Amino acid sequence: MSLFFSQVFNGIGNGVVYASVALALVLIFRTTGLLNFAQGEMALFSTYFTWKLTAQGLPIAAAIGVSMVVSFIAGALIERVLIRPVESARNPLNVVIVTLGMFLAFNSLAQLVFGTNPQQMPSLFPAGKLGSLNIQKSTIGLGIVLVIECLLLWLLLQRTRVGLALRAVSSNPESSRLVGINTGNMLMLGWGLAAALGAVAGSLVAAKGTGFDASLMQQVLLYSFAGAALGGFDSPLGAVVGGLVVGVAEALAVQYVRALQGITIVVPLVLILVVLLVRPNGLFGRKIVERV
Amino acid sequence: MVVPTAPVATTKLPTASGRRAVPWVRLGAGLAVLAVAIYLPFYYTPEVNTTLSQVLYLAVAAVGLNLLTGYNGQVSIGHGAFFGIGAFTSAVLVVNHGWQFEYTIPVAALVAAGLGVLVGFPALRVRGLYLALITLGLAVVFPRITAKVVKGTGGVALVRPARTDLTSLINGLADDQYQYLLCLLLLCIVLLLTWNLMRSRAGRAIIATRDHEVAAESVGINIAAVKVGTFALSAAFAGVAGAMSVMVDHIADATNPITYFQLSIEFLIAVVIGGSATIIGPVVGAALLVLLRKQTAGLITGKEILAPAVLGGALILIVYVLPDGAVGGARRLTARLVRGRRGSGGGSGATPAVASPPLTNQTTT
Repeated sequence: MSLFFSQVFNGIGNGVVYASVALALVLIFRTTGLLNFAQGEMALFSTYFTWKLTAQGLPIAAAIGVSMVVSFIAGALIERVLIRPVESARNPLNVVIVTLGMFLAFNSLAQLVFGTNPQQMPSLFPAGKLGSLNIQKSTIGLGIVLVIECLLLWLLLQRTRVGLALRAVSSNPESSRLVGINTGNMLMLGWGLAAALGAVAGSLVAAKGTGFDASLMQQVLLYSFAGAALGGFDSPLGAVVGGLVVGVAEALAVQYVRALQGITIVVPLVLILVVLLVRPNGLFGRKIVERV
Repeated sequence: MVVPTAPVATTKLPTASGRRAVPWVRLGAGLAVLAVAIYLPFYYTPEVNTTLSQVLYLAVAAVGLNLLTGYNGQVSIGHGAFFGIGAFTSAVLVVNHGWQFEYTIPVAALVAAGLGVLVGFPALRVRGLYLALITLGLAVVFPRITAKVVKGTGGVALVRPARTDLTSLINGLADDQYQYLLCLLLLCIVLLLTWNLMRSRAGRAIIATRDHEVAAESVGINIAAVKVGTFALSAAFAGVAGAMSVMVDHIADATNPITYFQLSIEFLIAVVIGGSATIIGPVVGAALLVLLRKQTAGLITGKEILAPAVLGGALILIVYVLPDGAVGGARRLTARLVRGRRGSGGGSGATPAVASPPLTNQTTT
C-alpha cells in the first residue's frame, strides 16, 4: 500500500508541472482562442535564462523572479509582433503554422545560445523526503507553488478590473472593444502571463531531474496538452485537475501495468480519448452553443 | 487553434457556367507541367530523383490531409499515423510475405482507411481543438505501439531489400527513375480523384459540412457519413503515401518516437503554405517544404543547429506574405492582372466571394 501511495505522490509531483504548463495553455486559449504549440519551447528559453542567471551567482528564487518578468515582456512582444499580424487573416490555420514555426525556431535557437550539453538547475526546494510515505519535499514545494499560482490567477481574473477586461475580451472581443477595452493590450497581457507561468514551470521541472537539455519541455508539453484537454480548454480549474490526473495515471500505469512499460505515453492519450468521448468539451469545459 | 468555419474564398465550386468555359490555357499549362515532370528523372541524378520522389509522396499525403482539413474542416495533426500504418503494411507484406511492392499499395490504402474509420467515428463527437489533440495523440502513440507489436526482420525498423531486388515492371528504367514515375502516376491518380470528388455532389456535401454543419444537416446531408467517409479517404491517401515512402526510402521505422509526429506537422505545413482547400495547393506546398528544408539544412555551415530556426522563420514569413498559401497568392495575382486588363473583376477565375452565405455556390466562373 505504501508503494501505491508513494507512486501517487510521484505522479502528483509530475502532475503539478503538467498542471502549470496546462494553465499557461488555457490562459492563451481563453484570451485568443488558439493552441500555442510553442508554449513549451518558450518555457524552455525562460528556463535556460533562469539557469544562466543562477550560473552568474543569483539565488534561484530571484533568478526565477527575474526570468518571469523577462518572459512576460517577451511573451507580450511575441503576441504583438508574430501572432497578431497573421491572426486577422482569413485562414485560421495560419496562426497554427506560426506557432509551429516558433516551436522549431525557439528550440534550435536555445541550443545555439545556451549549448547542447545537459545543464544542472539548482532546486528551489530542499532535497530529501518527508514522513513515512517518502514524499519528496520538492513535490510539496511544487504543490505550494501551484496553489499560489492558481490563487493569484483567480484573484487577477475575478477580483480586478484588468481581469474583468481579460474575461470580456475572451468572451466577446467585438463588444468589449465597443465598451472601450483595449483588446490588443489584453491579448498581449494574456500571452505575457502565459509566458511567465511557463517560466516558473520550466525552471521548476528542470531542477527535478539530473540535468536538462533542449528536449526538456517536449514531453511535458504533450502531457500538458492532455491535461488541458482532459479538464476542458477554457477552464483553469480543469487544467489543474487534468494535469494532476494525467500525472497520477501515468505513475500508476508504470507501476502496475506491465504491458505499458516503455509506452506510458499511451496513458494520458487514452484518458483524453475516453473523457472527450463522454464529455466532448472536457470535464470542466463549457459547451459551445451554436446559434442558427 | 481556431475551428475553421468561415467559407474560404478560394474554394472552387463548380457552377453551370464553370463547366462550360473550359480553360484551355489551364489545360495546356497542366499538360506542359506534366510533360516536364515526366522528363525530370531522365535529366537529374539518382539522388535528386529520390528527393523528387519524396516530394511526390509528401504531396500525396498532403492532398489527403487537405481533403479532411481544407475541404471538410476537420483539423488533423496526426496524419503521420495513417502514413505510418500504410508504410508498415507495405513493408511487412514485402519483407515477411514476399509480395511484390506494387500490389501492396491498395492493401496499404485499405488498412489506412480502416484506421481512418476507427478514428473518424470518435471524431464525430469532438471538433476543432479537441479533435486536433486526439489526432496528435494518435501520431504520438502510433510509433510506440508499432515498436511493440511489429517484430519484423531487424526488429522494429523494417528495411526493404536492396534496390536491385525491386522488380520493376519496366526494365528499361533505372530504379530511381521507375520509382519517381510510379510516384508521379500515383499522385496524378490521387489528384484526379480529388478533383472529380470535389466537383461532385459528395464534394459539395463535404464543403457544406465544413461551412455550416447545422445548415448542411437541414438540407439532408448525412453529416456522420460525410465526416467519417472523408476521414477514411483522407487516411487512405496518407496510407498510399506511406507505402510510396517504403519504396523510395527502403524503410519503415518506428524507432524514433517523434518521426510520425514530425511528418504530421509537415503535411499540415504543406497544406497551409501551398493553399488549403485548393486541388493543387498541397502539391506546391510539399515541393516548397522540401525545397526549404534542403536549402536551410546546408545554409549556414558550421551552424547546422540553426537549420530548424531558419525553416521555422521561413514558415512564419510565408504565412505573412501569402496568408492564403502559394496557390491563393497566385490566384490573387492573376485576378489582379486580369482585372487590370479588362477593367473589372468579373471575368477572373479567382474573384474572392466575399461574405457569401454558406451553402450558396461561390461563383468562380
